[in-house]
Amino acid sequence: MEQPEQDFVTSLQQPEPAAPPQAPPAPGPRAQPTPGPQAQPVPGGHVFDAEKVSCYYGSFRAVTDVSLSIYENEITAFIGPSGCGKTTVLRTLNRMNDLVPGARVEGDVRYRGASLYGKDVSPIAVRRNIGMVFQKPNPFPKSIYDNVAYGPRINGEHNKHKLDEIVEHSLRQAALWEEVKDRLKASGLSLSGGQAQRLCIARTLAVEPDVVLMDEPCSALDPIATGAIEDLMRDIKTRYTIVIVTHNMQQATRVSDRTAFFSVLRNEESDTRTGVLVEYGRTQQIFEDPGDSRTEAYVTGQVG
Amino acid sequence: MAVITGQQPNLREAKGWRRTKNRIATVLMVVAFVLVVIPLVFVLITVVARGIKIISWTFLTSPIPPQVVPAGVGGIGPAIVGTFEIVGLATVMAVPLGVLGAIYLNEYGGKGVLARLIGFMADVMTGVPSIVMGLFIFSIWVLHFQFSGFAGALALGCLMLPVVIRSTDEMLKLVPNPLREGSYALGATKARVTMTVVLPAAIGGIVSGALLAIARAVGETAPLLFTILTVTTVNLNPFSGPNTSLPSQIFANATSPYTGAQDRAWGTALTLIVIAFALMIIARFITARFTRYTR
Repeated sequence: MEQPEQDFVTSLQQPEPAAPPQAPPAPGPRAQPTPGPQAQPVPGGHVFDAEKVSCYYGSFRAVTDVSLSIYENEITAFIGPSGCGKTTVLRTLNRMNDLVPGARVEGDVRYRGASLYGKDVSPIAVRRNIGMVFQKPNPFPKSIYDNVAYGPRINGEHNKHKLDEIVEHSLRQAALWEEVKDRLKASGLSLSGGQAQRLCIARTLAVEPDVVLMDEPCSALDPIATGAIEDLMRDIKTRYTIVIVTHNMQQATRVSDRTAFFSVLRNEESDTRTGVLVEYGRTQQIFEDPGDSRTEAYVTGQVG
Repeated sequence: MAVITGQQPNLREAKGWRRTKNRIATVLMVVAFVLVVIPLVFVLITVVARGIKIISWTFLTSPIPPQVVPAGVGGIGPAIVGTFEIVGLATVMAVPLGVLGAIYLNEYGGKGVLARLIGFMADVMTGVPSIVMGLFIFSIWVLHFQFSGFAGALALGCLMLPVVIRSTDEMLKLVPNPLREGSYALGATKARVTMTVVLPAAIGGIVSGALLAIARAVGETAPLLFTILTVTTVNLNPFSGPNTSLPSQIFANATSPYTGAQDRAWGTALTLIVIAFALMIIARFITARFTRYTR
């Protein structure tokens, strides 16, 4: 290892021996794969690490002992039958469950190394980094423009010119710009279901979150609108990490890189049920070579 | 009941009895509607027929004459001014307080003891007879200070408060939770969510609820009897000295033996109805304007 490094240093110094240390680095070292402290984290790094996470609503334990890691710039799908806790787990990732009275979380969820449920953590700050798109499109009763500008505005952006740019950029990312650019002042509620959902996605992207959580974003949409949203997910995954809950297994195979299969565990003695993570792995493996008989039964359509 | 091939299915009504029941129910509903409308129409026709004769610009602006004066002389100017002073003050006090209280109930209080207590008290206050509210203000305010428009406004405000709380509360309950979640998911604080999503979504209903409370307060007589008295001159200072209002004038003149005073009472009644009606129209207008984006 010594020899090449010396070569590298000398080769760096040879063309510009008098270069001051503050000079911008030559293209050579920039191309090196080792990132500096300010550089983007390596693709494939962990965004979330959940360890033995259990979620309760009052005394009901909705999910038990879920441990999984979610990887950067990937689309991770949560699948499983109704009541298996996939949405609950999703909502623990940006502390949305804080809003449900009686909800509480045990175990540890780390987001890029920081504990989400730590003492000084503000759920507000968490949600500014981790956005969410809901099952039913929920545009605000405001104009299309104001819907998208809402997030930047609450984060203190009031420059009209900048807002215009953000709105256009976000709507373009959400593949909605061409359809609405002439009626940005129209009500967000005047849009069709698929358009409204894309508006909600644009609204989420406008605050430039790190992660986008999607809770069955296509369940209320027709196949064409669903296709548009899946295309958009593939487009934006280079810049965002996406976690999606879906009932549609074809959708999971179409868009996701990894799939987590959840199921319901019944305890006959105490007559209780709780959600558990059965299997988690690359989507192809989960669907083609499942390691658990329950996964196999579910993905092949024998149950659920 | 499988359909036999080649034979047309029987799609006609099996029994006539269902159709008869439908007719009976329809007739009953129409009769009920007519019965409800008859008294309303009669009140309106009577008031308009008797009041229209006396109403003129002079009537609306002139000072209040002694009761013996025949119809055609004098008017109700001071009562109109007094009504606007008193109801305006009551609105300024009751509407912001009521709206804030309802926001606390719905957005902040949750199922806490304080929130339930406020909700319960608002319900109880709705049931308090208005004359009791007048007596209450008489004993805690008028006896210590003096008769004034402000005392009347306090009494009307106390009557409006529970109405505003309840109507605002209902409107906030109608704001769908996914809207709140959508805002929280963008990193909004609770205050932001309330100010920028919940209130704008409910504002049409809140405003029309407030205007309905005002329209009700405009016509209240009993709480004003012990708080503002009745005077015949304009009192522009609501904080000092007795005042008068349209309902007070109706009460005084309608119970008078002089026909001139009775005619003026009808004119006053018509004025009051027109003001209440105008408030309703404004309420509708504002609701339509504020709800531009909600459909």
